This record gives sequence, C-alpha cells and structure tokens, in this order.
Amino acid sequence: MTEPAAPVEETAAVASAAAVTATTLEAAAANPLRDPRDKRLPRVAGPCVLVLFGVTGDLAKRKLLPAIYDLGNRGLLPPGFSLVGFARRDWANQDFAQLTHDAVKEHARTPFREEVWKQLAEGIHFVPGEFSDDGAFDALAMALKEIDQTRGTGGNYAFYLSVPPKFFPTVVQQLKRTGLADAPEGSWRRVVIEKPFGHDLQSAHELNEITNEAFPESSIFRIDHYLGKETVQNIMALRFANNLYEPIWNRSYVDHVQITMAEDIGLAGRAGYYDGIGAARDVIQNHLLQLLALVAMEDPTSFEANALRREKEKVLKAVRLPADLSLNTARGKYAAGWQGGEKVVGYLDEEGIPADSVTETYAAIKLEIANRRWAGVPFYLRTGKRLGRRVTEVAVVFQKAPHLPFSKDDTEILGHNALVIRVQPDEGITVRFGSKVPGTAMEVRDVSMDFAYGESFMESSPEAYERLLLDVMIGDPPLFPHQREVELSWKILDPIEEFWATQGQPEDYPAGTWGPPSADEMMARDGRVWRRL
Amino acid sequence: MTSFMLTDTTAGKISGQLTRLRHQMGAPAVGMVLTLVVVCDERDQYDSVRSATEAAREHPSRILVVINRESDEANRLDAELRVGESTPGEVVVLRLYGELTSHADSVVSPLLLPDTPVVAWWPGDAPAVPSKDPIGMLAQRRITDAKTVPDGIKVLAGRAKGYAPGDTDLAWARLTPWRSLLAAAFDQPVDKVKKGFVDAAAGNASAPLLAAWLSERLGAPVKVADSAGPGLTAVRLTVDGGEIAVTRTDARLATLARPGQPDRHVALARRHTSELLAEELRRLDSDEIYEAALKRLSRTYKG
Repeated sequence: MTEPAAPVEETAAVASAAAVTATTLEAAAANPLRDPRDKRLPRVAGPCVLVLFGVTGDLAKRKLLPAIYDLGNRGLLPPGFSLVGFARRDWANQDFAQLTHDAVKEHARTPFREEVWKQLAEGIHFVPGEFSDDGAFDALAMALKEIDQTRGTGGNYAFYLSVPPKFFPTVVQQLKRTGLADAPEGSWRRVVIEKPFGHDLQSAHELNEITNEAFPESSIFRIDHYLGKETVQNIMALRFANNLYEPIWNRSYVDHVQITMAEDIGLAGRAGYYDGIGAARDVIQNHLLQLLALVAMEDPTSFEANALRREKEKVLKAVRLPADLSLNTARGKYAAGWQGGEKVVGYLDEEGIPADSVTETYAAIKLEIANRRWAGVPFYLRTGKRLGRRVTEVAVVFQKAPHLPFSKDDTEILGHNALVIRVQPDEGITVRFGSKVPGTAMEVRDVSMDFAYGESFMESSPEAYERLLLDVMIGDPPLFPHQREVELSWKILDPIEEFWATQGQPEDYPAGTWGPPSADEMMARDGRVWRRL
Repeated sequence: MTSFMLTDTTAGKISGQLTRLRHQMGAPAVGMVLTLVVVCDERDQYDSVRSATEAAREHPSRILVVINRESDEANRLDAELRVGESTPGEVVVLRLYGELTSHADSVVSPLLLPDTPVVAWWPGDAPAVPSKDPIGMLAQRRITDAKTVPDGIKVLAGRAKGYAPGDTDLAWARLTPWRSLLAAAFDQPVDKVKKGFVDAAAGNASAPLLAAWLSERLGAPVKVADSAGPGLTAVRLTVDGGEIAVTRTDARLATLARPGQPDRHVALARRHTSELLAEELRRLDSDEIYEAALKRLSRTYKG
C-alpha cells in the first residue's frame, strides 16, 4: 500500500520495489518454518550472487571481503551464495580466492574457520577484463548464467561498484548492454554505489541519470557506511524508544548541537581523490548531514524506508544557511607540526598535492533548521584531518538552568548539561550534568554519566559493512540514503563551496591541533566554544 | 584479575566486599545488564564458570555460582569473589554447607543486581519444574540442559508438563543453526512436505525437538532415526519429486540437497556452550516456538 500523498514517481518506485523484493519477502511470508515470534532465526539473505567490481582496491581487501566472510561465519549467507570478482588482472578463480583468503585472514572480525571458508571458496569466481571491453562483460554474463545453474542462485545479482566514480558510466552502460541490469520475472538485480555521489548538485544529478538509465531508484543502494554503524542506528532507538529525551529535544531546552568528525590521519594515500574535493565535500555532505538529519528529524511513522527517508528529507529541506558565510563558516589546511608524538608534513608538502592547492582539510559550518522544533538552535558541524585525535560524536548541549538558587561562587565552574552520542571510537553515550562536590561547602561541578556499548552489549558489534551488505542482499533499504537526500545535501553545501572558492587559500593550522583560529572565533562570536575532545 | 576469599560469611559482607573491590580497581560504574545464577556441582564448576564468563563478554553480568556442599555439616557460607580486567562483569562462587543448602535463595536474592533481569542456569541436574524451584522463582529465564543429564529425552518430555514462560533448554539452542538453514531452504517455494526423518546419534536430546518443531510447522510426520553421529547428522524431508536433505557427517560442514538443484555446502559447526548461553541471553522474553515444540515432543514421546 502506498500513502496517498506520495508523488507519482515515488508510487511507481514503490510498486516496482515491491515487485523486485517479492521473491524474498513473499516466499518468506509463505515459509512454514518462519514465524515472527521465532526470534532466534536470523534474517538470512535469499540465494544470490554478489559481483564485485574493483576487487583489488583497498576497500575490498580491508572491509568488503572480510565482511562477506564474517556474514558467512555468523550463518547469514544463503546456501549457494557466490562471489564474482571483476578486475583488470590476468587471474583465474583460484587467484581471486587466494586474495580473498588473505584479506579474510588479515582483516576478518570473527575467527577463521576452515568449514566457513570452504563454503565461501566454493562460490568464488573471477572474470578478468577492462570496463571498456565488451567481450569481458559478455563473459561475465555467461559466467553468471552458469553460476545460476550450478549454484541455484536464481538470477539474483547484486553489483557492487567499488570503483572510482569516473568508471561508473562505463560499467553501468555495460551492465545495461549485456542485459544484466534487467531482472527477469521473479528475480532481482541491485546496484551498490559508494560515495562520493558527485562533487556538487549538478554532478550528483548527472551521476544519478546515468545509474537510473539502467537501474530503477528502488534497485540503487547508496552506501554511507556511517549509517551501518550500531551507534548511529542507536540514535533512533535513543530518541524514539525512550520517553526520557524527547520532551527536552527541542528549542526550549537545547542551546546548540555540535557534530564532529575528527581524523588524526593525513591523506593516507588518497591525494589523487582528495585534492580538489576537500573536507566539506568528503565528510560534511554525506556523513555529518546524515547525522544531523537523524538527530533533528521528527519521529517517522514507521521504520520502513519511505517513512524514514521522508522525515530525513523534511529536515534537510528545512536547513538554512547563515546570511553571512564569512562569519559563520571556517576552513583550514594543516601545516607541518607534531601529531600524537610524530612529526608530520603540511598538506601542501604531501606527495601528489600541488603547491598552490586551495583544498581545505578542515571545515566548520553553522546551520539552522527552520521549523518549530529547532528555530534558533544552531547546529555546528566540523570535520578535519590531522586533528588532535580520531573521534566522531554528536553533542546536544542544553541551556543553562534558568535560575540557580546557589551563590555565584558555588556554581562558577558548572557548564552546560550535555548529552553526547559517541559514534567512534569507544561507542556509547555520555550525559554531563552538575553534581555536588563532597564536602561541607555547596560546590557544584560537572560530572559524566557514561554508557559504553562494549560494556553493556557485545564485545565487538558487527562492522557497518556486514549490516549493509546483508541489507542489500535482503533488499532492505532504510539505511541507504535516497537520491533526494543526496541532492538536498548538495543544495546545502554548494553555496558554501561557491563562497569558499572566492576566498583563496584556507587558513593554516598546525597538525595535531583542533583547527584554525577562525573556527574558534566563529564560535566565540556566538558566545560558545567547541567541545574539547 | 582480583580474587578474594571470604569464609563463613553472609550476603551482606559479600556485597560490601564487591563494592570495595570495584572501587579499588577504579571502576565504580557498573554496566552490567543482568545477573546469571549458575547452580551446579563442584565438578562442573570450572567449565560452567568459564562458559558463563565468556558469554558475559557479550552480556556483561554478575555471575553467581551456587554450589551445594555437604548438607550434614554445620551451616556455613563460603564465597570466592573475582573481579577482573579479563571480564566485564563479576563472578561470585558461593559454597553452601549444612541446612543452608536448602535455602540458597536467601543468599542469592540480596546479591542480585537491582532492576535488571535474572537468569538461572543449571549446567547439569536441574529441578523437574524449574519455575517452582526457589532459585528458579527469582529468575525471568530458566535454562536447563538435557544433553548433560542421563536419559535427556525423557527429562525433556517430562518438563513439558511444568513448562512456564521463560523456560528454555540448551538442547533447543543447539538447533538454531539447523533451523536457520532449513528455514533458508524453505525461503524458495517448496512443495508440500509429506514426511521426514531426523537422523542423530542415539539418545541425542536435540533430535526429537527438531523433529517436533518440523512436524509442528510443516504439518507432516517427522520421525527420529538413529545414526552413527556425531550429534545430528541429517534432516530428510520427502516432497513431490524427491527429497530436501541437509546432511552433516563431520559436525562441521553440511550439504544441502534439493530436487532439481545442485548440492551446496554450508558451514554448520557445533557450537560451544558459551555461544549457546550467549544466544539464550540475547532474548529474555519467552520462547513460544520452543514451547510448542516441547509440548509436541512430550505428546509423542513413548518412553
């Protein structure tokens, strides 16, 4: 059933989505062995093939292949699951199997077990070729047909494009030409793409046109691995499963919100990609604005993809930029300095970076949300490389108590109450509040109440990619951003990027510190400070 | 790991000592989510505590081990406290002597974590009606293990009568990977099942539970047949035009066969007690599916 307000294109998308997922969901509903009350049985993907483009890349080796193994180890891969690698290498199946084996041994989260590896290895195939080579894709189509017969995968394919965006058009065209993008009746075809989803609104739009030519929106899964993280999903649990926070989650009680993603590393070999893109496009456009949407949105009517995406879109649409961008944004690039006891070079001295680069490695922006809940509450977003340490968090900082019955001296060092959602590392939630210091005098000071994920739940929660890959294979889209969200995010960032483009070189900050002075000045103008992390 | 012995003590002293130990270690905040009460013999103690502490990595718990010693000695309570860096929770091993052996609940109840779930686990012998047991009455979830007792199937069948929501048995948890694989096989359309067999080593307590679950869900007779083992070795279901079969002879790798499709291998390893326990602790609500399977097992059991 579709909601009456849904626009026409969405209604169509919902209908086709229903048709595509029918094989899995309908059969599951008719399955006599499944029962919603039987919570021990995990969600297992139906029979399918995962085709991985870019198997030799860093992401494949460090995250994707280990995640596939971990899924297998947890019993979540279907019998007959097959993995097909495609790359420009003169390899046979066993060479790819060897690469997978090494990647799994080195990076898998769960212990290596021979029988799980055996199950996985049986389904590993490799197709060599270039993206522009028609013959190679014809060979891929043939190989997939054969796998359907020998492994019983029923024509269900997921194509994971772990390749630079410039290859997207070629690969998508090839999938269309060979008919691999069209699902026959009763099976599905899905495509998974990684960020960056363009570098501005227009390019994002063009990229989507290209993908849309071959795949309908409902079959496109955009991976923002942050959304696969347990802590990020827990934002929704925290807000909507509890009664404790929602009453104060608004402009009457919240002073401002700080969303931070700080990295201690520099470019780490990504110079070619990073220069010209910069911190804001790399991090704010996707991760931080998604976090903002989850923290600020209204409660969705359900956790189905449509309901959730609609709320996120609403809040992204309500985001307003400050009138004077020069006073309410800051950007910087790291200069040589000491980071965590190590001497490191400045951005312009990094290998592969031109000496006149104007790319920022630090970006901070102030946003407002024009709706009844948030009017007047600033959201400060910041991200940077070569900062003091690696940390990602969302801090909701509350207003000071309207009246303090204590003398001024008693509460001199009392700060704002705050609720901090620590996304990584050391996932958890901290609540900061004032407490009496033991002793005869009435002195109130800030203390923290702490919930650590690792302390109350699993020793190691599943990697984001495990969850996301499983969702792709099951066809469950809530954790994947919709194209509309991508475009709305670019609409927020584009004017800022345009403004920055007229401002010349970003300000320097020494590596290992917390960003340029202009970022602190920006907060000081509002009478606030960045949290010391 | 800090270990501390208390002899001839009381629950109050134990409680105080635990608080002191935690403060000494500089970790006064408790992130423990439940209390696990393990009732066992001295000889099961080591393995049970080990499994429980491993499960506690996933579910940080206060683990209370109750060991009943000689009942004809003078009344005495001895306790061994372990608070460690290696585990996120705490372990208290309680040794009860004399008349106290029949009043274990009086020791356990003041040591339970406030306002969090309590789980009782009998790694070996367990009361016939766990929910009527003094310790069982304190717990929301009561875990028994039919594998470790002689004549496990009979014990299991008998337990159906006294079943109360929250009862569960590790013989059922051992089946989850099998059930998950079978359910995955039925995610593709399958013809009506006519009959079936579960093959297992003689006396395996999980096999009749699996057969009961399958007959309950499929509406077809599923029988247990003896095999050489180890453990469960096969499930064979007869459908139109052939047989859906999962076979596993080495306790590690299984083969899934279905009509008109190639055979496929799936990892299906036996699991450690700690993994079974962790699965039990993940869901603390009552397991209606187990209840249905258990009651069917008891109806069809011919001792």
